[in-house]
Amino acid sequence: MNPLYSSLSQIKIDLESRKTDCISLVKHYLSNIEKKKHLNAFLEVYAEEALQQAALVDEKIKNKTAGRLAGMVIALKDVLCHKGHKVSSSSKILKGFTSLYSGTAIERLLNEDAIIIGRTNCDEFAMGSSNENSAYGNVKNGLDETKVPGGSSGGSAVAVQIDMCLASLGTDTGGSIRQPASFCGVIGIKPTYGRISRYGLVAYASSFDQIGSFTHSISDCSLLLEIMSGADDFDSTASSKAVETYSTKLNFNRKAKIAVFSDCINHPGIDIEIKSRTLNYIEELKSAGHEIEFIDFPYLDYLVPTYYVLTTAEASSNLSRFDGIRFGFKSENAVDLESTYKRNRSEGFGEEVKRRIMLGTFVLSAGFYDAYYTKGQKVRRLIKEKTEEILSRFDFILTPTTPTTAFGLGEKSDDPIAMYLADIFTVQAPIAGIPAITLPLFQHSNGMPYGLQLMAGSFKEAELLAFSAELMK
Amino acid sequence: MNMEVNNELIDKLAILARLEFDSVSREAIKKDLQNILGFVDKINELQLDDVDPLIYITDEVNVLRGDDVKQTITHEEAMKNVPVKDSDYIKVPKVLKGK
Repeated sequence: MNPLYSSLSQIKIDLESRKTDCISLVKHYLSNIEKKKHLNAFLEVYAEEALQQAALVDEKIKNKTAGRLAGMVIALKDVLCHKGHKVSSSSKILKGFTSLYSGTAIERLLNEDAIIIGRTNCDEFAMGSSNENSAYGNVKNGLDETKVPGGSSGGSAVAVQIDMCLASLGTDTGGSIRQPASFCGVIGIKPTYGRISRYGLVAYASSFDQIGSFTHSISDCSLLLEIMSGADDFDSTASSKAVETYSTKLNFNRKAKIAVFSDCINHPGIDIEIKSRTLNYIEELKSAGHEIEFIDFPYLDYLVPTYYVLTTAEASSNLSRFDGIRFGFKSENAVDLESTYKRNRSEGFGEEVKRRIMLGTFVLSAGFYDAYYTKGQKVRRLIKEKTEEILSRFDFILTPTTPTTAFGLGEKSDDPIAMYLADIFTVQAPIAGIPAITLPLFQHSNGMPYGLQLMAGSFKEAELLAFSAELMK
Repeated sequence: MNMEVNNELIDKLAILARLEFDSVSREAIKKDLQNILGFVDKINELQLDDVDPLIYITDEVNVLRGDDVKQTITHEEAMKNVPVKDSDYIKVPKVLKGK
């Protein structure tokens, strides 16, 4: 489906020449949201508020006081706090919860006159790879409604795919932006850990979580990143490194040196057509003068296990705050303090969330802590150091984003491990803390899109985006 | 290691996590945990004796800020999302045992 506009720079030209205005843009997106309501991408649409904001931004444009995101209509994944608006993490346990403040990234977008059109469906607490773990129903892929959109940021991916907004925000802990972006045919980026403040992001695994975006263009991806990035008094893990103006540095005027993992390309789980297309593409890159080397990455099979040991441990700890006392779901069946905790949580959380809390509790419990959690942290070091060593010799690591195209609704619901393996190529970046992007370069003969993933060294977003812009030409 | 997941372990973890499972869901979580533990046991293949655990992902050290008093939300705002309350207080079930 072709969007009305695929970048803010196109919109700006038409705003300038008065061919369109923000009110018309918002109306266009609202009408698409209404037409494709059954995809269940949005949990809430702020129609009236977005129109009011549009009128305000139109006024600012007229007065030449508008911010850099004037004309950009954005949707937010339902794990991001937006003052005065509901945020539920697609969970029953946060039904009715209203944010008391806006997250730093959101605040920075609003300051540049972005228009927020609604909040999007996702897997509960961002735990899932298919958007089938939402307490508010599945999201369907807009290109084939029998298929999943991917997860956990499935609603945000579909919202951009189907032109319900120009861009959307998601969060990525193990692939939750890049995998749905690949399944939906849009660009998705997970920045370096610490590039964007996590303040106002409902935590799943704090040492992995990062906010990122879904867009049609690298220019929008770059602009959003430079606006959201930077140090923050409210998040001490947000990096104080200077933020580059990525959007003005999109020329990659040299040849890239790229590593490809042989084991990754030859993985038994990879779709045969994805494998051959990716190999062809590598040949095309070589012909264009880029240097590509096939190398071994010895930890490929350890990535997903390490990810689950560490993220579930962090999740069990982060999610202990949901007790239904100070906020959140209150069970009618609670009688005393103990049962208040247990019933609020057991009735409020969904199956996958409880599964991960239980696994995380196990790996952190006395007697198993060293055998699982400490070992997971040790393997994380090995993976991070090996990845960094490779990226000291190469500009990028290239992989398919996903081993398959979007799978069928319900296809993997009964097998958590099969579902976990959908993230096999995306978990490496958050384990190592490095940035990664997926580019919607390919179309499978089954009709579905799939992406090419590039990973770069920590805080090398400028190079990553410039090279991506080159490949998207 | 091939850890056996039995009812006793599930019950112990449920207490720690403040969750409860009826007999049907306990069977399901037992089976899932058994499978997932079998899967994550893969990390035990690696020789890790000389490796230090990685705890911090950022390179930032001693990120400090001034110890200034700031009010970010008011009492009234903080009470907004409380499920059970009276005018000023969050209501919780009785904590102390006895009458």
